[in-house]
Amino acid sequence: MTVSVKPGKLIKGQTGDWEVVIGMEVHAQVTSKSKLFSGASTEFGGEPNSHVSLVDAAMPGMLPVINEECVKQAVRTGLGLNAKINLRSVFDRKNYFYPDSPQGYQISQYKSPVVGEGEIVVELDGGRTATIGIERLHLEQDAAKLLHDQSPTMSCVDLNRCGVALMEIVSKPDIRDAEQAKAYVTKLRSILRYLGTCDGDMEKGSLRADVNVSVRKPGGPLGTRCEIKNMNSINFIGQAIEYEARRQIEIIEDGGTIDQETRLFDPNKGETRSMRSKEEAHDYRYFPDPDLLPLEFTQSYVDELKAKLPELPDQKKARFIESLGLSPYDAGVLVAERESAVFYETVLDGLADKARDGKLAANWVINELFGRLNKEGHGITASPVSAAQLAAIVSLIGEGTISGKIAKDLFEIVWTEGGDPRELVEARGMKQVTDLGAIEKVVDDIIAANPDKVAQAKAKPQLAGWFVGQVMKQSGGKANPQAVNDLLKTKLGI
Amino acid sequence: MSVDAATVRRIAHLARIAVTEAEVPHLQGELNTMLAFVEQLSEVNIDGVEPMTSVTPMEMKKRQDVVIDGEIPDDIVRNAPETQNHFFLVPKVVE
Repeated sequence: MTVSVKPGKLIKGQTGDWEVVIGMEVHAQVTSKSKLFSGASTEFGGEPNSHVSLVDAAMPGMLPVINEECVKQAVRTGLGLNAKINLRSVFDRKNYFYPDSPQGYQISQYKSPVVGEGEIVVELDGGRTATIGIERLHLEQDAAKLLHDQSPTMSCVDLNRCGVALMEIVSKPDIRDAEQAKAYVTKLRSILRYLGTCDGDMEKGSLRADVNVSVRKPGGPLGTRCEIKNMNSINFIGQAIEYEARRQIEIIEDGGTIDQETRLFDPNKGETRSMRSKEEAHDYRYFPDPDLLPLEFTQSYVDELKAKLPELPDQKKARFIESLGLSPYDAGVLVAERESAVFYETVLDGLADKARDGKLAANWVINELFGRLNKEGHGITASPVSAAQLAAIVSLIGEGTISGKIAKDLFEIVWTEGGDPRELVEARGMKQVTDLGAIEKVVDDIIAANPDKVAQAKAKPQLAGWFVGQVMKQSGGKANPQAVNDLLKTKLGI
Repeated sequence: MSVDAATVRRIAHLARIAVTEAEVPHLQGELNTMLAFVEQLSEVNIDGVEPMTSVTPMEMKKRQDVVIDGEIPDDIVRNAPETQNHFFLVPKVVE
């Protein structure tokens, strides 16, 4: 296989620069009510061996019957990854002997996966992007959960997760550094969550990644790779890659060779270590599962699913930039998480004038709301300020009823006490004073009381700012700042 | 195609079946007899022939996504030699 040089962060070693080549296998749990080949529940947790049918327990004579929803979800995901959908694919048995598989094999897809090549564009710092190829996506069964800490001599086996549908999404070796790897998983997770084909909950293990890392001289022959298994945190993926690349470079520069092996990342120590001694390479002896016919569907089935796909993050971002004039950065922040995008669009729906205030609303969602939510450790779905309330606040600013500064006070009140922003503004006298006569009076009073400052300001016009401050203070922040500025300029003759 | 003694040991290990050294020559002979029998198939020219997946032309049946099974932990672990709180117990497998 030839792997081309792509932009990415090179690592400096003692013998010069090194290029890191990374490929990923992401396991994403399919969102479905029942398992891939049985009618048992996919619900997380539950009493040991409760969400288990005789099929999942591999009792003799039990036969798998495929869940059509899981097939649909895999096809929809393939479409979301701009990938080729294979109208005919085949299930194979991947044979291995371990207590997490009562069948003695995993039903997977080997030679003919349901989804072929595709690609996604990932966002990097500073507005850069990278295109990462998708090699394939296939459906397979999840394994059972083993607990080793319940007894000194025995392991406990819980089959609840056994047979739940997974999509294994394999990237091409197109990733060149930790930042790209993190951006890839972030984008993949975002697409899956928009599609509703995987909940993306990494803590619960709904999304986990195996990361293949090797190093080479830029553009040179590929190095031997190591596979870091079962990563369930995007930050850890970044740390593991940094560590592993340096480890490999040091070994090679010291004259050693890399052993192809499986490694685990230890988050406490920030390092990877060898997972098991491999006396022999894995030999899964794949063969087509005789219990299952090939998976076949028509192009019109695929077209129908394609027509019903929701708007995906890239499309949404482009629309926000084009129709509302948001900056690419702001649009990117808003669409990154599906819930954030939904919240922002609900705010938009609540605005009196979308074209006028759409951009202002984006600023408020990103800076005030997200800022505050992060500080308090809330997710967007637990926001004390609803989308409707925020829309009202933004509209009040947009129509000139309150100033941006007062709006922050109003936001604070709505955050802590709740209530209808419009009623609060009325009840607490927070309306901006746009009555020029009233503002003029304040301006005149201040000018009269401070002749020395007036003289200074005439000489140095930037000192007018002091007067603006005084007027705002006198008016309790309610004076319209533009009107104040204009008046001062005229009165001070600057 | 035939297997040697090392392959017999390897297959036994992959399947986690204990095979003593004394049993290897016998198993090797048995496996090779079976392989020779299947080997006759290679006399047939299958160029351009799709593998047959079913003797009747039919599409794979699919299941609706509804929960209609499970919640029978007693039945699931009934035949297990050792259990605890509805867990299967197996000899410790972690290294």
